[in-house]
Amino acid sequence: MSDIALTPNAFEAHHGGHEHHHDADHKPGFFARWFMSTNHKDIGTLYLIFAITAGIIGGAISGLMRAELMHPGIQFLGQWANTLNHIRGGGDVNMDQARHLWNVLVTAHGLIMVFFMVMPAMIGGFGNWFVPLMIGAPDMAFPRMNNISFWLLIPSFTLLLASPFFGGADGGAGTGWTVYAPLSTQEAGPSVDMAILSLHLAGASSILGAINFITTIFNMRAPGMTLHKMPLFVWSVLVTAFLLLLALPVLAAAITMLLTDRNFGTTFFQAEGGGDPILYQHLFWFFGHPEVYIMILPGFGMISQIIATFSKKPVFGYLGMAYAMVAIGVVGFIVWAHHMFTTGLSVNTKMYFTAATMVIAVPTGIKIFSWIATMWGGSMSFKTPMVWALGFIFMFTVGGVTGVVLANGGVDDYMQDTYYVVAHFHYVLSLGAVFSLFAGFYYWFPKMSGRMYNEALGIAHFVVFFIGVNVLFFPMHFLGLQGMPRRYPDYPNAFEHYNTVATVGYMIMAAGMAIFFVNLIWSLVAGKKAPNNPWGEGATTLEWTLSSPPPFHQFETLPVIDGGDSHHH
Amino acid sequence: MRFIGVKTAMLAAGLMLAGAGQAAPQAPAAPPPATAATPAATTTAPAATAATAADAKATPAAATPAANDPLLSMDGAPPMKPTAGIGQPVDGEIGLQPQVTKNGERAAGFHNHWLVPTITIISVFVLILLFIVMIRFNRRSNPVPSKTAHNTAIEVVWTLVPVLILVVLAIPSIGLLQAQFAPPPKSAITLKVTGNQWYWTYSYPDNGGFEITSNLLKEKDEVAPGERARTDDDGPRLLAVDNRVVLPVGVPIRLQTTSADVIHSWAIPAFWIKLDAVPGRLNETSFTIEKPGLYFGQCSELCGPKHGYMPIAVEAVPLDVYNKWVVAKGGKVAGAAEPAAAAPADANASAPADANAAAPAGPTAGNAATPAPVTNQAATANPAGAGNTGN
Repeated sequence: MSDIALTPNAFEAHHGGHEHHHDADHKPGFFARWFMSTNHKDIGTLYLIFAITAGIIGGAISGLMRAELMHPGIQFLGQWANTLNHIRGGGDVNMDQARHLWNVLVTAHGLIMVFFMVMPAMIGGFGNWFVPLMIGAPDMAFPRMNNISFWLLIPSFTLLLASPFFGGADGGAGTGWTVYAPLSTQEAGPSVDMAILSLHLAGASSILGAINFITTIFNMRAPGMTLHKMPLFVWSVLVTAFLLLLALPVLAAAITMLLTDRNFGTTFFQAEGGGDPILYQHLFWFFGHPEVYIMILPGFGMISQIIATFSKKPVFGYLGMAYAMVAIGVVGFIVWAHHMFTTGLSVNTKMYFTAATMVIAVPTGIKIFSWIATMWGGSMSFKTPMVWALGFIFMFTVGGVTGVVLANGGVDDYMQDTYYVVAHFHYVLSLGAVFSLFAGFYYWFPKMSGRMYNEALGIAHFVVFFIGVNVLFFPMHFLGLQGMPRRYPDYPNAFEHYNTVATVGYMIMAAGMAIFFVNLIWSLVAGKKAPNNPWGEGATTLEWTLSSPPPFHQFETLPVIDGGDSHHH
Repeated sequence: MRFIGVKTAMLAAGLMLAGAGQAAPQAPAAPPPATAATPAATTTAPAATAATAADAKATPAAATPAANDPLLSMDGAPPMKPTAGIGQPVDGEIGLQPQVTKNGERAAGFHNHWLVPTITIISVFVLILLFIVMIRFNRRSNPVPSKTAHNTAIEVVWTLVPVLILVVLAIPSIGLLQAQFAPPPKSAITLKVTGNQWYWTYSYPDNGGFEITSNLLKEKDEVAPGERARTDDDGPRLLAVDNRVVLPVGVPIRLQTTSADVIHSWAIPAFWIKLDAVPGRLNETSFTIEKPGLYFGQCSELCGPKHGYMPIAVEAVPLDVYNKWVVAKGGKVAGAAEPAAAAPADANASAPADANAAAPAGPTAGNAATPAPVTNQAATANPAGAGNTGN
C-alpha cells in the first residue's frame, strides 16, 4: 500500500474547510519521506511493511517446524543444520548441533511473531495510522520519537536474524522466547547476547512508542472528544501503551541481569552464586503476561470498530467495553505466576494465582457478549473485515476457555509445557490476534491505500485460513492431553496422527496466505479507487471523514466533536 | 539381543515373585523352567535354572547374577513390560492419559466432568449466538438497525453469571490444590530426582541413599555394536530408558526434584505430576501410585539440544517386590530388621559387579571393576560414557 500512498492522487480529497491549505498534501522526496519520516501515516506504513516481512519469516520458520514434525524421527533437521553451518563457513554438524537448531527455530519463531510481527502491526502499524486520525489530531505528539521507535526495530530485528550465523556450529539462541536462566546463561557464543540486545532495542522502541501514544491520546484529542467519547480502538491503544510502559522496563531489567550474568560474572540467576533461576521467571512473566494483553488489546479495539461499522449500530455497552479493557490491563499485571505453576510455588501462591487468573475471564466475557449484543438488532453486512471479526469472536472464545482450564493450578500441572498450552496460546494469538490483524487490515486497507481490496479473494482468504489454522491448532489440544511436551523435534510414535494432521493444517493455512498476498498485490495495482467511506453509515469514526488515502497532513483545522455526535452512545 | 533369554527367564521369575495380577499376558514369554520359581524368599536356584535353561548361549557368568538375585535384571529393575494405553500416549486418542493416583483421578475428574463440559457449553453457546445474529440481524432480514446501545440489566447478568460459573469452578479447583499439597505421612518413601543434561539421576534417601542413573535407550540402528538398544519390552521409542525408577504401589511417595545444571521438569502424565527440577532448589510434592505398571513421562522444561531425549520411566511394583529391589540395589528397607537387611546386603555386595561381568561386551564393561554396590550407575550408560545418547 505504500506505493499507492506515495501517489499524490488524494490531493483533491480534502474534507470541508480545508481548501485554503494547498500544501496539505505536499510530500517530501523519497528518501526524506521514508527514511526521515515524521509523518504518523508513513511511519505506520513502514511498521506494516516491517510486520508483514517479519510475519513471512516467522511463518516460514513455523513451516520448517511443521515439516519436521509431520512424522516421527528426524527428517530434515540434520540437512538444515548442515546447510546453516556451511553458510557459517563450517562443515557438517553433529546430531546435537542439529537438535540445537530446533531450539533456535522455536526461539526465533516465538520472538519474531511476538516482537516483530504482532506488536509492530498492531501498535506501530494500525496504532500509528489511526490513533491520530480517530482522535482528530494532525500527527503524533512526538513525530521524531515516532520515527526512532520504528528505526530501532531495524537493528533489533537484524540482531535477532543474524544471531544464528554467529557462534559456530553451536550458534543460535536456543533458549525459547522466554530466555530462561540458567539455560540462557549457559549457552556459549554471541548468539544469546545478540538476542538479548535485540530484545533491548525492541523494548526501547516500544517504550518510546508507548510514551508517544499516551501523550498523544491525553493531549491531542480534538475539541469535544472527551475520554469517554474516544473510539474503542483508541482506548485499546491507550491501555496497551500503559501496559508497555510498565511491563517492558521489567523485561529490560531481567535481560540486563541475564547479560551481566553471561558476561560480567554476576550471579543474579545462578544458584551457585546465591542467585535464583526462579527470580528470572518472576521478572520475565511480570512482563510476559501483560505482553499477551499487549498483543490482543488493540485487536479488541479493532474488532469493536469493525463490528459496530458493519452492524450499523453503535458498540453496545461502550463504557463497559472501555473499562473491561482497563480491567484486563490491571488484572493482567497480577496473574503472572500462572506461567510458573510447576516451578515449586507454595499452595497459597498457587491458589491466589488460580483465582486471580480466573477473574480475567469476567471482563473478557463482557467483551464477547457486548460484541454479540452490538450485532443483535443490527443490520449486518458480511464484508471481509466483518467475516474476520466474526471468526475472531469464536476463535478467541475457544482460546479463552482453554485458558480457564489452564488457570487452575492443580490442573495445569498436567498441561504445563505440553501442546495443550501451545494450542491455547495459538488460539488466542494466531487465531485471535492475527484474525483481528487481518480484520483491521481489510477494514482500513481502502483508507490506507486508496484502493479497494478484492472482496471475493478476501472471503476466500478467510475461509481457507480459518480451516487451515483450526486443522493446524485444534489437534494440538489432543496431543497435549495425551502428554506431548513442547519444544520437541521428535516424539514417540503415538503422537504421529495429530502431528500429521497439524502439518496438513499448516499447508492449508499457507494456501490461505497465498490468497492474501495475491489479493494484496492485485489490490495495490488494480484495486478500485476507494471512496472516503466505503463502509457506509456504520463507519462513524473520524478517519472516514477524510479522503482515501488521507492527505499527507490532515486536520489542519481541528474537527470539533459536538455533544450530540457521540460515536458510541 | 543376547540378553533376551536371560531377561525372559528373569521376567518369569520376577513375575512369579511379584505375583502381579497382570502377569498373565506376559506369561507366554516365560520358559517352562520358570514355573519352578516360587515366591519363597530363596528362589535363587530355580531362577538360575530358568536363566540357563532359557538361553543356552548365555554365558555362565551371565546366569550367575540372576542366580544371586532374580530381581536384578539387566536394566536394574524387576522385569515388566509396557502395557498399551497405560502410562503412555495412544495414537489418535484425544483425552487425558488414564490416571493411577488418587489426586490424578480427582484432577482428571475435575477436568473431564467440570471443565470440559463448561468450556464446551460456553463455546457452543457463543457459536449459537453468533449464528442467531448472523441469520436474524443481517442486511436482508433486518434492514433497519436498532439504536440500542445499553441495557444495564443484561450487562449485570453477563458480568455476574460468569462470576458465578468461575466460583463454581474455583471451589473444586482450590480443593484439588489442597489435596495435591497435603503433606505425605512420615512413612512416605522419598524419591529424589536430579535433572542433568540430558538424563535423570534418582536417589532413595529413605532406603540408604543408593542412586540410579536413567538414560534414554537408543534404537537398534543408533547404537554402537554391542551397546544395548531399545526393545519393545523396554517401552516405546523415545520413552524407554535403561534404568527405570522403581516405586512401590500403595505407598505415599515423597518426590523431590532438583537439578545439576539447567532447569528440567520431571513429569509423569499418568500420575498428574509435573515438578520442575531447578538448580539450587529442592522442590517437593507427593503422590501414591494405585496400580502396578509401567508409566512413562518426558522432560517438560526446555533444557538444551537433547531436551526431547531424556524420558522418564517409572515401574510401580508391590511393596515387597520394591523392598527386594531396594535390597538388591544395596539399599536399606525401612523398618527391616538389621540381620535381614544385612544378609542380602552381603549377597548383593558382589551382585552389581557381577552384573557388569554379565555384559562383557557391553558399552561400560570397563566399569565392572567398580565395586561400589550402592549404585548401579556404573552398570549403565553414563553421561560421559559411551552409553550416552550421542546422536
